[in-house]
Amino acid sequence: MTKRSSKGGQWLLLLLPLWRGLSAHAQSPDNETFLSALGELREATYSDKEKVLERLGQAGHPNLHAVLVALIEDRLCYRNSDQRVFVMKAAEGDPVNLVDAVSLQDAGATPADSVTKIGTNNSLRRVLRTMVARFGLSSPDAAVRLDAVRGMLQSLDANTVALLRERMAVDRDPRVKKEAATGLALADLDGGESPARRRAIASLRESLSQDVRNRLAALLEKTPDGGFAERDEDVRRAAAAAVSNIDQWRNVYSGVEMLFFGLSLGSVLVLIAIGLAITFGVVGVINMAHGELMMLGAYTTYTVQTVMPGHTGISILVAIPAAFLVAGLTGVLLERTIIRFLYGRPLETLLATFGLSLILQQTVRSIFSALNRSVVTPAWMSGSLRLNDALEITYNRLYIVLFTLIVFGISLLVLKRTRIGLNIRAVSQNRAMAKAMGIRTELVDAMAFGLGSGIAGVAGVALSQLTNVGPNLGQSYIIDSFMIVVFGGVGNLWGALIGGMSMGIVNKLLEPYAGAVLAKIFLLVGLILFIQARPRGLFPQAGRAADDK
Amino acid sequence: MKRKVLNTAAWLVTTGSLFSGVLAAQSKIKVGVLHSLSGTMAISETTLKDTILMMIDAQNKKGGLLGKKLEPVVVDPASNWPLFAEKAAQLLEKDKVAVVFGCWTSVSRKSVLPVFEKDNGLLFYPVQYEGEESSKNVIYTGAAPNQQAIPAVDYLMKEVGVKRWVLEGTDYVYPRTTNKILEAYLLQKGVSSADISINYTPFGHSDWQTRVAAIKRFGSVGKKTAVVSTINGDANVPFYKELGNQKISAENIPVVAFSVGEEELSGLDTKPLVGHLAAWNYFQSISTPVNKTFIDQWHGFIKNSKRTTNDPMEAHYVGFNLWVKAVQKAGTPDVNKVLAALPGLETPNLTGGIAKVLPNHHITKPVYIGEVKANGQFNVVWKSGGAVPGDAWSDFLPGSKDIDADWVKLNCGNYNRSTKRCSGQNYK
Repeated sequence: MTKRSSKGGQWLLLLLPLWRGLSAHAQSPDNETFLSALGELREATYSDKEKVLERLGQAGHPNLHAVLVALIEDRLCYRNSDQRVFVMKAAEGDPVNLVDAVSLQDAGATPADSVTKIGTNNSLRRVLRTMVARFGLSSPDAAVRLDAVRGMLQSLDANTVALLRERMAVDRDPRVKKEAATGLALADLDGGESPARRRAIASLRESLSQDVRNRLAALLEKTPDGGFAERDEDVRRAAAAAVSNIDQWRNVYSGVEMLFFGLSLGSVLVLIAIGLAITFGVVGVINMAHGELMMLGAYTTYTVQTVMPGHTGISILVAIPAAFLVAGLTGVLLERTIIRFLYGRPLETLLATFGLSLILQQTVRSIFSALNRSVVTPAWMSGSLRLNDALEITYNRLYIVLFTLIVFGISLLVLKRTRIGLNIRAVSQNRAMAKAMGIRTELVDAMAFGLGSGIAGVAGVALSQLTNVGPNLGQSYIIDSFMIVVFGGVGNLWGALIGGMSMGIVNKLLEPYAGAVLAKIFLLVGLILFIQARPRGLFPQAGRAADDK
Repeated sequence: MKRKVLNTAAWLVTTGSLFSGVLAAQSKIKVGVLHSLSGTMAISETTLKDTILMMIDAQNKKGGLLGKKLEPVVVDPASNWPLFAEKAAQLLEKDKVAVVFGCWTSVSRKSVLPVFEKDNGLLFYPVQYEGEESSKNVIYTGAAPNQQAIPAVDYLMKEVGVKRWVLEGTDYVYPRTTNKILEAYLLQKGVSSADISINYTPFGHSDWQTRVAAIKRFGSVGKKTAVVSTINGDANVPFYKELGNQKISAENIPVVAFSVGEEELSGLDTKPLVGHLAAWNYFQSISTPVNKTFIDQWHGFIKNSKRTTNDPMEAHYVGFNLWVKAVQKAGTPDVNKVLAALPGLETPNLTGGIAKVLPNHHITKPVYIGEVKANGQFNVVWKSGGAVPGDAWSDFLPGSKDIDADWVKLNCGNYNRSTKRCSGQNYK
């Protein structure tokens, strides 16, 4: 703590010897002012709290960092009986465990309603984060230092520039150095001679950051008196060139981003369509309850998570096989008890499975209530992967793209490399011939239906991370999944993959121009036209038997 | 004659037929509850059905109303807008209810409106809505735009210093009208149209990547940006998740929502939402003795101490109490007399203020703006000076500026001050 704050800021440096000498005493004057300043936070309005924090920052105290972090995390409170300020160990829970704000020693537990929390609002938290960021500058972890420097770029003043310069001299991490250099160059834009400004612009040319771009563009703006914000024409020209260079690269990356959005939407579509491609293709059943099997998978995720509290990360992995089993067994059950009696009667199957979907929804509503259930996203799936200043890819989408490819690969292996897969393919190509060869088609039907349902359940696990887990989850995806299967060609996994991915990408390319509603309409119209030209989809089943179906 | 009646009655009782209800009804007042108990809106509306049942139960324990017991008639319009009209007709024509508490979405209200006006029913509508309406037969206990949307935008403009605005909504009548009013208001306040971005997505939209990336880009030009969200229902969860994943925090680009309350938050992981705002006329976290009593009563009735309370529930609480007072004042549950008794009536709301029925059939409400906390509750960061009277016709839309609604003096919900004409119930 001591070491950290000694590098934290100039004001801390200056005050360092002062409190070092005094900290031996339990109740030094410093502690007194620290505690009384904290006390002012109790009643102050949000804007007054900002001023109190500013004073606290200038005065400095070894516990300042801990207290500020507690305030951000909603863990700072005062005891109603004596108005003394404490740090709480956790933001929730009853009783609460208090820690003394001065000594950082345990101060015992107390009922939650005997303390009052000190609230923050957005602008206050913003101030707090920049204050805390400065403590991060001397962290041994390069990522924390990088965040600290990035935070400081948002509010450049003489103080922060001095800190950045200091950091530049001592830091060894190239990314931190680069970011600090950007900050110093930005600072040079404000003051300095024309050559210094030109040099700064030259070094900022390669940046991809939107903030840098805005700062450079600001140089080109006209002032109210008709002149330019930047008086030197050479500097202006350099800035204009730099801005267009940055814009160009940012556009390239936003194209890459859009492509990724399309792939990720496509992978969701593929995931929900794989199961249907199998059931539709083999058994020939239009399964309107397919969406509800996904819903069962999503609820399985919720249940697994409830059973394993505190293990969010692992529970998702456990949920995958669990959802496969739950949805798969439900599928087999439905097939054995209802659907098999309706083979060859598409209209009746359609109605029966639609009825089944309503029954499944209502069952879930009775068990789990009509309210949506909250599935927690594990830490490793939140946030985004920062590739550079212009491109970040969100982890949950990235994992779902990978997950889809894995599920697709496994399904393909099962169909192409296993005995049951061979049987399924045989039955789907020519049922009568397969039967004549001694394949028990009834069993194959049940297995295929179970496999398709199980994959729907697995898709439900993925959907639980993207959208609401509620009784209506399935309904919102059923149309999409049928669309993909029809587009890709019935019963063909590759068709589902190519169809889903291309629909996703086309949708995302259209969306910025047409809006989400119109993009979907265009897509549907496009699909109708496509089906007119190729009624059997992208990859139709070939052969004489296929025509008889 | 009398004997004949008695005979008939005896026959009815002994056969235990359907008609037994008719006789019982004479000592009962029927209260219709028209909320979806299945379909997409069940999530929100089931709670309101339970709220009314709780209020009726409490009133009956106090001895009923005018010496009669209240009897709830619950129907399920199943989130199906035409079915709302059918069920409303059933309540008014077959069950002959004295009052109906119901509807959530504006489209369902628009669907039942002709039925209520034809059959001269009485509807208490508890949800914040887009305004531009005042019916003789409806009491609007939810917020009009000037009691929610406009104060929220004012807060962002003055206290947060927002210069650039994204108006993001679900594609139906409430967001479209609200955004039209807000856009007119912002332009009037000197915001240039380049600094306003309006966008709509379908119901249940779940792939927010493109929109959130666009918001991020729109908000990155160096001016403080905020999102005003009229996104409704299920689409909110993936929206906030995506915001969190793309690292847009409330400190950079705050989102103020008009349809996200405690109930909606209870169904999602609130971590990525901390600091985002909501504007309502009631929050569960507002600590007043009457609110504490209400929450305890709710937990006791629903037998689950984790259930939240929310703004439309408070609107039903206020609406039910207003109706009870009006019936007591009129001395009869007759719709015309109750409607005449309602304007000017007052009842305490749950936040320590008074709700008063205005001549335009809206009520006075305080406005609160809260920031989401990690526990799914709200931390109030701003509140209006006093109760704000609901304005049926927005002052910021060119067409509706001159229109007044007054059911006391003018007896008209759509009176044009400049042409001095009452367009009656015709809203065009």
